[in-house]
Amino acid sequence: MTSKGQTAEPTARADERLIKVGLLTRAMRRPELGAVAGLVLVAIFFFAFANHEMFTLSGAMTILAPASQLGILAVAAALLMIGGEFDLSIGSMVAFTGLVFGASVTNFAMPLWLAILATMLVAGVMGSINGQIVIRSRLPSFIVTLAFLFILRGLTLVGLKAVTGGSTQLRGVGDAVPDGVLRNLFSGLAFEGVFSWLASQNLIEKFDNGLPKVAGVPVSVVWFVAFAALATWVLLRSRVGNWIFAVGGDPNAARNSGVPVDRVKTGLFVVTACAAALVAIITVLDAGSADARRGFQKEFEAIIAAVIGGCLLTGGYGSAIGAFFGAIIFGMVSIGLSYTSFDSDWFQVFLGTMLLVAVLFNNYIRRKVTGER
Amino acid sequence: MTDAASPVTTPVIDVRNIAKHYGSVIALSGISLTLNRGEVHCLLGDNGAGKSTLIKLLSGVVRPTTGDFLVDGEPKSFSSPRDALDAGIATVYQDLAMIPLMSVTRNFFMGREPLKGFPPFRYIDLEHCNAVTREEMAKIGIDVRDPNQAVGTLSGGERQCVAIARAVYFGAKVLILDEPTSALGVHQTSMVLKYVHQVRQKGLGVIFITHNVRHAYAVGDRFTVLNRGKTLGTQTKAGIAMDELQNLMAGGKELQQLADELGGTV
Ligand SMILES: Nc1ncnc2c1ncn2[C@@H]1O[C@H](COP(=O)(O)OP(=O)(O)O)[C@@H](O)[C@H]1O
Ligand SMILES: [Mg+2]
Repeated sequence: MTSKGQTAEPTARADERLIKVGLLTRAMRRPELGAVAGLVLVAIFFFAFANHEMFTLSGAMTILAPASQLGILAVAAALLMIGGEFDLSIGSMVAFTGLVFGASVTNFAMPLWLAILATMLVAGVMGSINGQIVIRSRLPSFIVTLAFLFILRGLTLVGLKAVTGGSTQLRGVGDAVPDGVLRNLFSGLAFEGVFSWLASQNLIEKFDNGLPKVAGVPVSVVWFVAFAALATWVLLRSRVGNWIFAVGGDPNAARNSGVPVDRVKTGLFVVTACAAALVAIITVLDAGSADARRGFQKEFEAIIAAVIGGCLLTGGYGSAIGAFFGAIIFGMVSIGLSYTSFDSDWFQVFLGTMLLVAVLFNNYIRRKVTGER
Repeated sequence: MTDAASPVTTPVIDVRNIAKHYGSVIALSGISLTLNRGEVHCLLGDNGAGKSTLIKLLSGVVRPTTGDFLVDGEPKSFSSPRDALDAGIATVYQDLAMIPLMSVTRNFFMGREPLKGFPPFRYIDLEHCNAVTREEMAKIGIDVRDPNQAVGTLSGGERQCVAIARAVYFGAKVLILDEPTSALGVHQTSMVLKYVHQVRQKGLGVIFITHNVRHAYAVGDRFTVLNRGKTLGTQTKAGIAMDELQNLMAGGKELQQLADELGGTV
């Protein structure tokens, strides 16, 4: 073990040995390494091929707005995947909770706070139903939530037609919700003051009339960053985070060590459903309508972003910050192609390749981390 | 035994005529045994004898069909592994003890993470956890250079030792080991056995389940042989020789015959 150059150090402080663990080893141990590397590669690609408009502040916002909505779902999907489960119903959940929210403010004329509460409550109940069925039946969550993918999409169509009298779109949400602090939390732009100040200081681009070209950050981006930060903190620092890794890594070992496995899993399903509800509220307020097609295929995009972010399909390993970068990569590729001369149909090819590379890479890293041969 | 007031003679675990049925399968039909502090009680028996079922009862994984057991003289009934842990009974399962993808520290403190800060932002005191893990591992002669390394990088014997060290650190008074040596090589086995001996000297009671009579005889004080859900009796080390124990466990004659045929001991 000890090399010639260094003598055995019986008096070495324990902490000194820690430092010897190389930076590279430590970086390799982080699940999000692949996503960071992927983001750099994708950025280099677009820097070479795309119109440089893409790398301006407004270009960044164009990418971040859709990336953030996907990202909120992806971070939740990552937490759930680390906990060893999937939720294929999140896309449909976005449509369904969008209907609940839209109908609450228009048909039932609820005040905004009550409508939000009701929407979250419905999402929470649906999430725990998902979780309880998975736990009690011991069926793979893949199949249980696949059923809910169809059930919720169907219910959304049926419900929308019922409340609108035959349409698959429920309009008039924007008019039904008065302006106010609460509405501004879920729609429009944030930090507008900061941006106009930056413009006044000539720090960012502005129009001739002195208004900044980018007036603020979409609120969904703020939610996305906050949620990813919170999820990262929970995973890496909190007790619940340790339990999430444990139930995904080996539910039996976790249970035998005193971890409340069923409660953790149910909680994760609830969080995932509530993340979908948050995206639903944001998109419904943004578009002013609830639509049966909202969130279509978002479950796959969220899982792909989580996998690109370093989550293992087998659970017990992954990161929220990785899913954060995964979603940004996703947004960058999907929007970025329109800044290039490439046909945007290349998007799916690009995506599939990224996914494959990510899975291979994750698998390799996993073997490295566990010393598996 | 009858003098319940005297703590010295109260066994730390006293199983009384306990039975477990799985539907029509009788896994255990009326087992009694005791475990004292500072004692290694070996549980031997062929596959399907009911060893695992017995320890699942004691560790709160399943509930007995009839009968009960006392911990420190008090009747207990556990409805989850957590209850058993809280009562000071820690079980180390052969391969279900550790989560390979998680770090040594996170495994060590799993389910009992020490927290710092104020709710709702209470966080795991990782610095303390890392220090304790390294220290506890060093005590048993395992040099964990980096407590953040995944448990999967440790050897099988080291993993068993981490699991045992964890139980001891969290104040277990009873340690149940389910075939801790069955998948290990010679060197790794002796590491685990040495550690079991060390644990006994600390005054813990150990229930040691094994197939291997030599491993049992190396550390055991008393031996109980299970066969088809019943005990074939309990013997002290002074009361039984190793080959007698071997015969008892293997259902006697079969193996003796085989040994004669092969011209040696099996
Ligand atoms: N969950 C279960 N359901 C039905 N039968 C079981 C179950 N667990 C154990 N058994 C049966 O109980 C008997 C004892 O098993 P076990 O305690 O695992 O034996 P050992 O650990 O000594 O090999 C076996 O016949 C086994 O098939
Ligand atoms: Mg067994």
